[in-house]
Amino acid sequence: MADTPSRPTEMTLAQARDALANGELSSKELTQAHVQAVESARQLKAYITETPERASTMAEAADARRQKGESRGPLDGVPIAIKDLFCTKDVLTTAGSHVLDGFTPPYESTVTSKLWDAGAVMLGKTNLDEFAMGSSNETSYYGAAENPWRRQGDNRPLVPGGSSGGSASAVAARAALGATGTDTGGSIRQPAALTGITGLKPTYGRCSRFGIVAFASSLDQAGPMARTVRDCAILLGGMAGFDDNDGTSVDTPVPDYEAALTGDIRGLKVGIPKEYRVDGMPREIEELWQQGLDWLKDAGAEPVEISLPRTHYALPAYYIIAPAEASSNLARYDGVRFGLRETAGSSLDEMYEATRAAGFGDEVKRRVLIGTYVLSAGYYDAYYNKARKVRTLIAQDFAEAYKQCDVILAPTSPNAAFGVGELADDPIAMYLNDVFTVPASLAGLPALSVPAGLDASGLPLGLQLIGRAFDEETVLRAGEVMEKAANFTAEPAFVAGR
Amino acid sequence: MADYRLQGDTGEWEVVCGLEIHAQIISDSKLFSAAATEFGAEPNSQVSPVDAGMPGMLPRVNQFCVEQAVKTGLGLRAEINRWSAFERKNYFYADLPQGYQISQYLHPLVGEGTVYLDMPDGSVVPVGIERLHMEQDAGKSLHDQEPGKTYIDLNRSGVGLMEIVSKPDITSPEQAGAYVNKLRSILRYLGTCDGNMAEGSMRCDINVSVRKPGGDLGTRCELKNVNSVRFIMQAIEAEATRQIEILEDGGEIEQQTRLYDPDKRETRALRGKEHAHDYRYFPDPDILPLIVENDWVERIKASMPELPDEKKQRFIDEYGLSAYDAGVLVAEQAYADFFETLAKGRDPKLAANWFTGDFFGALNKAGVELDAAPVDSAKLGELLDLIADETISGRIAKDVFEEMWETGKPAGQIVEDKGLKQITDTSELEGIVDKIVADNPDQVAQVQDGNQKVKGWFVGQVMKATGGKANPKLVNEILAKKLG
Repeated sequence: MADTPSRPTEMTLAQARDALANGELSSKELTQAHVQAVESARQLKAYITETPERASTMAEAADARRQKGESRGPLDGVPIAIKDLFCTKDVLTTAGSHVLDGFTPPYESTVTSKLWDAGAVMLGKTNLDEFAMGSSNETSYYGAAENPWRRQGDNRPLVPGGSSGGSASAVAARAALGATGTDTGGSIRQPAALTGITGLKPTYGRCSRFGIVAFASSLDQAGPMARTVRDCAILLGGMAGFDDNDGTSVDTPVPDYEAALTGDIRGLKVGIPKEYRVDGMPREIEELWQQGLDWLKDAGAEPVEISLPRTHYALPAYYIIAPAEASSNLARYDGVRFGLRETAGSSLDEMYEATRAAGFGDEVKRRVLIGTYVLSAGYYDAYYNKARKVRTLIAQDFAEAYKQCDVILAPTSPNAAFGVGELADDPIAMYLNDVFTVPASLAGLPALSVPAGLDASGLPLGLQLIGRAFDEETVLRAGEVMEKAANFTAEPAFVAGR
Repeated sequence: MADYRLQGDTGEWEVVCGLEIHAQIISDSKLFSAAATEFGAEPNSQVSPVDAGMPGMLPRVNQFCVEQAVKTGLGLRAEINRWSAFERKNYFYADLPQGYQISQYLHPLVGEGTVYLDMPDGSVVPVGIERLHMEQDAGKSLHDQEPGKTYIDLNRSGVGLMEIVSKPDITSPEQAGAYVNKLRSILRYLGTCDGNMAEGSMRCDINVSVRKPGGDLGTRCELKNVNSVRFIMQAIEAEATRQIEILEDGGEIEQQTRLYDPDKRETRALRGKEHAHDYRYFPDPDILPLIVENDWVERIKASMPELPDEKKQRFIDEYGLSAYDAGVLVAEQAYADFFETLAKGRDPKLAANWFTGDFFGALNKAGVELDAAPVDSAKLGELLDLIADETISGRIAKDVFEEMWETGKPAGQIVEDKGLKQITDTSELEGIVDKIVADNPDQVAQVQDGNQKVKGWFVGQVMKATGGKANPKLVNEILAKKLG
């Protein structure tokens, strides 16, 4: 491990944890440095809401606990950011949408509750695509978060990916030690890859969805985003666990994820799915993929050629199932009980129409329309039901593959960060950003994106490890080995406080 | 029982009905949240964030509600599906906070069953149950609180309902009424629904169609929310009559949803085609399929009370009651319990007659429930004992009962205080009879000429003379002797 940096914001979460534990640093100091970093990084629009006072109070409480010898563990006193899709009690929660104007929930999401119980400190709520629908952060009502990276010799702003783009941007710019994200079809992994950080989508059911604004309920899953695999392991330990309030939460013990980082992957069988070699894949991504495999091989893993024959159908199935669920999940934004209400006209129907017309952005409307269409009488079997069957087959593909391998290696995204506005008018091109992340989402499997290299223009690229259900440990272990080998030390153009 | 037929210009018509009953599950908390369910609470005082459809909230299946629905399914002699699923029924309404109702659609918890109707003529009519599924209730829109505004009360939002769907086996208003009463009785025995139609804990939708006897099923119309047995019966007749008129005029029945107006005794269309809903049902991704284990069902089965049908048969076998009397007595568990306490060690027919006769009459007159009656089964039993040991006659007993009802005093005391004890002293009665015979020679002659009616007149005279206290059996014996 490298020497601990003097600037607290440039520590990893693990380093900060150690510095807190051995008394080199107080949570108050660590948090103060981050509050300033958040302020100085405002140009990135990574945060929608900053909560410096709450951060300060929480930090003081953490320090007081530590002084009394009552530290709550590795996250006690550690400042983190929360994607603004998690409901936080008495703190504005927007989901990146105008329709939730002024909504401050009277309840806390289970995942954030667990984090606060573990002593984590809230810096604020991070930007996201509206209702987590997007791969660039450009659909946020609060303006697109920017990527702190720039192409070499080109200062035009780039997207941080999405939908957890604000969390990714904040962590990459050293304006948070870690952050929560949510991943429905790639919303943790793709922004992690595009901003040169690490992000893990856990197994569906590993983290509670209670209190997370729903996009597509059968796919949504909360997960950690941080600068290292170890940091993600620590954060996941604070987020995961059974929750009686979420009927899809799975009651299985939470292992010590950090302890899984043994560095020993000898004999690990790494599957390479041939169907992921899509047409037109940039050469540098293909090379990086091979490089990743070589790193794992060098550490004693065995490569296995595998087949996931239904991969081709994953993206279309995803873009039926997710909008279908979304069209229903978003029906509650009707202007009656919370958030925006537009009262044009006098009838209830007019209020609905005006509220939803003004409250939702184009991408959300597009998906609500698609979802309504695929569920409607006469089309249900052709679209939604067919997509569910495809989903089952895709899960079967993975189950077959895991008879031959322990973990699957693939690129995270078919491209590096792109320019703001570049794909904004081409939804299909935008959807193609999810081509490598969606299959694991449909199958509910854990998947980790690790920064592995730079493209020709100096932008980060990520590699993805997909594991068996509830085998986050293997994914993290292999990820850490790859991370070490990649030795990714490049830094974004913008680093807070420098 | 004669088939119910409506007479049209072209001949007789048959009515075919299927009923959908929404029965509110008795449970302290809602189907998917821990909020309370008590009726009549302050508006919006029993609403959890789940019931209000707040962002990020998730439903959590209340196992007790599932148990209640399984129990009900067993009570309807229906198959319990070991695998069932909740789906979302999507539509917008101001009192539907989520924008969808969580219901069961393709895979209900309970499958086919049978309910037996006890008709007034003692016949038993089987009605098939198509299915029973669970769903959540919506809130209430209050349009009358302030002009131009609608208020929403979400107390009811999320309360668990059982939708019980009958097969189209009901062929008369009378059967429909009997079906609702029987279902209500079963639910109340099971303790799974209080069956209170006035409070809306049991609501009824009726599908009505008409056809020529034995012909193909006609197009049906659905009558929504008909909320009393009387209105259900009226609504069916009104709707069937409307359909017959249209058909006989050469028209066609448009399948639609209608409301019954009890004031005008007619039905009218609720919404036109432009508001026809496409509910876009799909499996609720928040709720895993419901898997019911066999031994759990067996445990529930073992905990079931004796239900009306079994109890009725037992009353017929054990107490020798008529099917009709037994049916009346088992309609309410409380009636049946009252009767069994009353009949214990007594003549069951006498007990049944008194309970369904004078006692029910008094209850109805006073408009009170059984548990609020001033006479309980022990007190009524005491009265029956006085009849049985001939302390008082049945005739006097009626007066004593009235007094008991008014004052709450025990029968024995009333008989004592008022000196109503029956005269069973033969010589005393003979004296009275002798005097009457002596005073009325003309009537004696009539009797001797064979006019039996006049014999009754003598009985009346003796009763009059004794203030009704004479033992009627003795009086008859003495009169027979004296008048020859």
